[in-house]
Amino acid sequence: MGKLLTVRDLVIKFYTFDGVIHAINGMFFDLNEGETLAIVGESGSGKSVTMKSLLQLLPSPPAKIESGNAYFYRNGEKVDLLYLSESEINKIRGKDIGFVFQDALSALNPVLSIGRQITESLETHMELDKKEAMERAIELLESVGITGARQRLYAYPHQFSGGMRQRAMIAIAIACSPKIVIADEPTTALDVTIQAQILELFKEIQKKMGMAIIWITHDLGVVARLADRVMVMYAGQPVEVAPVEELYENPIHPYTIGLLEALPKLGEKKKKLTSIEGTPPDMIEEPHFCQFASRCKFANEKCFKDNPPIISVGTDHYVRCFEDIKERIKVQKVKTV
Amino acid sequence: MDDKKANNKNVTGLMIDEEKKKGLFYFLYYVGRLLWKDKTGLVGLLIFLSVIISAVFSPYLAPYDPLKQNLKISKTPPAWYKNGSIHHIFGTDDLGRDIFSRIIYGSRVSLTVGFFGVLIASSLGMIIGLVSGYVGGKLDSVIMGVVNLILALPYLVFVVFIAAILGRSLLNVILIFGFTDIPIFVRVTRGEVMKMREEGFIEAAQSVGATTSRILFKHIIPNLIGPIVTLATFEMSAMIFYESGLGFLGLSVPPSVPSWGNMLSVGRQYLTIYPWIAAYPGLAIVYTGLGINLLGDWLRDVLDPRLRRAKK
Repeated sequence: MGKLLTVRDLVIKFYTFDGVIHAINGMFFDLNEGETLAIVGESGSGKSVTMKSLLQLLPSPPAKIESGNAYFYRNGEKVDLLYLSESEINKIRGKDIGFVFQDALSALNPVLSIGRQITESLETHMELDKKEAMERAIELLESVGITGARQRLYAYPHQFSGGMRQRAMIAIAIACSPKIVIADEPTTALDVTIQAQILELFKEIQKKMGMAIIWITHDLGVVARLADRVMVMYAGQPVEVAPVEELYENPIHPYTIGLLEALPKLGEKKKKLTSIEGTPPDMIEEPHFCQFASRCKFANEKCFKDNPPIISVGTDHYVRCFEDIKERIKVQKVKTV
Repeated sequence: MDDKKANNKNVTGLMIDEEKKKGLFYFLYYVGRLLWKDKTGLVGLLIFLSVIISAVFSPYLAPYDPLKQNLKISKTPPAWYKNGSIHHIFGTDDLGRDIFSRIIYGSRVSLTVGFFGVLIASSLGMIIGLVSGYVGGKLDSVIMGVVNLILALPYLVFVVFIAAILGRSLLNVILIFGFTDIPIFVRVTRGEVMKMREEGFIEAAQSVGATTSRILFKHIIPNLIGPIVTLATFEMSAMIFYESGLGFLGLSVPPSVPSWGNMLSVGRQYLTIYPWIAAYPGLAIVYTGLGINLLGDWLRDVLDPRLRRAKK
């Protein structure tokens, strides 16, 4: 498995009227060919911002990429997505990296037919003529499970149900067989049955086309079903990265532990779900100590003084915390028992 | 193959299948069906068509030369009055010219001013508004400053002022209305573009590699057609009103040209004794305005695919 994407030291700030918002502070992750990486985190933790920055979709101003690199390996060549020119990035958008948006209703143009919107990227990237593009669009619609594709090409987004719209969005994203599909909470706006169908669809497409998927979500249940690796984000930083089983069995970062404790478990009776006390930090202040410290059960003075380092705690398992976290957790457990 | 087709038909229903068919005949059939469903649109279109026909074919439709004076029969009342004449159904004016013929010829001035005025205003206004809304920033502030300044002026006074300076000619009238009406199109276009920029589909189009020009022409402009065409029809009827207003004040086309405004202006002096001289051109203005407004209302519903099928 070769590397597809390496993001390092990404720092993004938003220069707003109320002050500088430190949206992303030292983001890092890798993506391998054909794998599914899930990015989990609460609203405002910077999941979408990171992904949009990869395709240069952030409006600037107010957003500004302060530092960092995002290397994309494209036909053996290494390009930095963050610093490509407009015309260069346009060749990658839709062709090598597809994007599935959360709200398919607003992400589809209301006055253009579904067919025209699918053929858009085909015409831009594949140099197909209208007829070929239409034929390909029909194939695509069928492959995402829309029946009567030939007729539905001429339908408008408002004539589709929520699930069908999301399917159409997926068809647009995979139109040019991209190497990476970024799915920005694609199932959040859907009901549970449709959610399950869309998840299955993604799995099926991945099997067929072999692309890597970056799945943004705040639903840990979805993560377990779909992902190979998981990255947990908090306040613009990745706090824990691990393979999916490892994360569920052996979470290290206090935030991850809190998240997993907050999940209802099947077969468990009448135990009140725990929540993580406190609120996320104000991102206007520059982070110079652990962002999670004020909500952390295991915090000590050190946590309020220094930025925690990134430590390796197992194969492919990284945590942004101080070295002694494991001992601290043990001590606390002994105390409570 | 046939089985598959039949299946597809069941799945999607009729309307989508219909839209798929191409060609002028199907287009007309489709528009015809839409019109039949919405009778006010049909009425509007028929009224508007009748005005267009009278403008295009005036020499064939008008029974008399609109400029031919005959003082012997001046101020003849309409045909259904006691001493009216069947030869002049709407009567004659103070110089004995046939009012019906003059109304038919007058539609030429009104429609020319309305059509070309709106063409200038909407095309320029749309381009300026598009730039203003999409580029934003300082350029937007400057453009909106000028637009708001012009919109703050009392419109009729402003127009009368320019008309008085430029003098009476058809071209001047068209240019005056064309240019003074730009701001409203700028405002509407800019607002729509600003609203659209926040919508996901622009970002989605960017995410598949669409260039700025592609986004402007393939994504934004199709979304603007509905509001702009609707505004254009309303502005067209407004221009026809204002043109007759200018004519009434003696600032529109030269008095030798038969126009509804000029006719009103003449009729004003005789309003209490010979009311028909002013009444029929007045009715022509109302008739045209009503038709265009009904048509505009219908167009707004039809040009938006979301509203098109909402009506039963």
